[in-house]
Amino acid sequence: MKSKLKIKIDVSGLNFYYPNGTHALKGITLPIHENAVTAFIGPSGCGKTTFLRCFNRMHDLYHGNRYEGEIRMDGNNILAGDTDLMTLRSTIGMVFQKPTPFPMSIFDNIAFGLRLKGIKNKTELLGRVEKALKDTSLWDETCDRIMQSSQDLSGGQQQRLCIARAIAVEPETILFDEPCSALDPISTGRIEDLIAELKENYTIVMVTHNMQQAARVSEYTGFFMMGELIEFNKTTKIFTAPEKKLTESYITGRFG
Amino acid sequence: MASHNNKDITGTAVYIMTAVASLSIIALILGIFYTLFVQSSLAIGKFGFFGFLFSTDWDPVRELFGAATALFGTILITFLAMVMAVPVAIGIAIFISELSPNFFKGPAGVAIELLAAIPSIVYGMWGLFTLAPIMSDYVEPALQATFGRLPVLEIFFAGTPLGIDILTASIILAIMIIPFTASISRDAFNLTPSVVKESAYGLGATKWEVIRNVVLPNARISVLGGIILSLGRAVGETMAVAFVLGGAHKISWSLLDMVSTITVTLANEFTEADTDMYLSSLYLLALILFIFSFILLAGARLFVMRSERKV
Repeated sequence: MKSKLKIKIDVSGLNFYYPNGTHALKGITLPIHENAVTAFIGPSGCGKTTFLRCFNRMHDLYHGNRYEGEIRMDGNNILAGDTDLMTLRSTIGMVFQKPTPFPMSIFDNIAFGLRLKGIKNKTELLGRVEKALKDTSLWDETCDRIMQSSQDLSGGQQQRLCIARAIAVEPETILFDEPCSALDPISTGRIEDLIAELKENYTIVMVTHNMQQAARVSEYTGFFMMGELIEFNKTTKIFTAPEKKLTESYITGRFG
Repeated sequence: MASHNNKDITGTAVYIMTAVASLSIIALILGIFYTLFVQSSLAIGKFGFFGFLFSTDWDPVRELFGAATALFGTILITFLAMVMAVPVAIGIAIFISELSPNFFKGPAGVAIELLAAIPSIVYGMWGLFTLAPIMSDYVEPALQATFGRLPVLEIFFAGTPLGIDILTASIILAIMIIPFTASISRDAFNLTPSVVKESAYGLGATKWEVIRNVVLPNARISVLGGIILSLGRAVGETMAVAFVLGGAHKISWSLLDMVSTITVTLANEFTEADTDMYLSSLYLLALILFIFSFILLAGARLFVMRSERKV
């Protein structure tokens, strides 16, 4: 395993405002370590998903959102005005709460991002689709029907398909926005195992509602409340000896 | 127990009333078909159904009638109108649902629905008094000057530009069905969940790539359905084209020529039909339109069903 100390993304003094003026993130500063899983927990509306969506500038799709501060990825501030969002997003994959397969075949779903990158060669596409499916252990279940509709897969399979789609373009970082909240426990287990494998090659940032999940899969945990980062530390530290009273109250289930 | 019984009676009454209402639709269709069939039997007896269908005659004096010219006009005008309207309508829908700023979406949507609600006779009047002069004074002479002397193309621009012709009629019809198609397509585009679009953006797609690869495929079947509805509307449309088509019974390939459609023939000539054979022939024309629309809709439905099965 590579060094755990290397910082992939460095967030400093990040403020975020929605068009209606809501100050959704207040002065967030934290590091995201390379080849590790960083989890954000906190009650609903605390800003953790808003924070996650800053990393690939998803907020830019909607008019009137405003960032302040810096998010440095490998040293470059991605919040800078001249950032090429298409390039940025092709280096950061994202997996959503609910599976979001495109209305096309399994193959075309995964080839989607590859084609955007300009890969047209059928053999290369097939090879990379197969690899992505194997990496998400979907290959055995779907190898005989990758040209069929993705809509016929189960929810858990669809979510793994979305992960396969994200990793097919070989990003450096993958964002997970509560990836298991729509899944049953068995599918959840498989996704968690998958995340644990993926961190060997990718930097992973995830938002979760489920504290046990954060404890199981992450190395670092940030606890958010009301748009503020209350505490950030190694996961083991957060869950065994939190420094803040609020964190302790939350993880012991006193609120949230 | 009494109340329970009462409920049951209400339930039965509702069942009977709704069933009667639904059955009356089928009865109505059968009734219309029967009337058309009975009334047109005289013409069928004289010309034969297919003899009438393929005959280009339309001579009230010698009492020789045929549907070919009107059917030709109907198909040609509808086709031209659809070719003009569909791309524009889909463009409008894409702009409103995907590209335009939020403050524009509401007013634009209302405007489209207003346009769709304008009675077709208004389009017809506007066509006759406003569009036709513009066409005959500026557009058609320019078209003739441009294409009128080119080989092959000259066929489509022969004749005197009067403004009352195939071109003007299909433009009016296109303008009439654009809001209808645009409105249905926009609703279809709006059905794409934003997380699915975000997933595509998340892979580094541009706006256009998201529209082309995610939004359009997702809405494909609904848009197709909208186009079919518009097609049905265009085929049956009468008043918008009646004024600007001329009502001449002939087959012509020149866009600047007058022709007639089935509906225009019916609207113009019912009052003039002074003989039984004339009247019966008009009924037969109506029967053909009825069957034509039916085949069109059934075929389109089959097509939608088949593409629904794929992905």
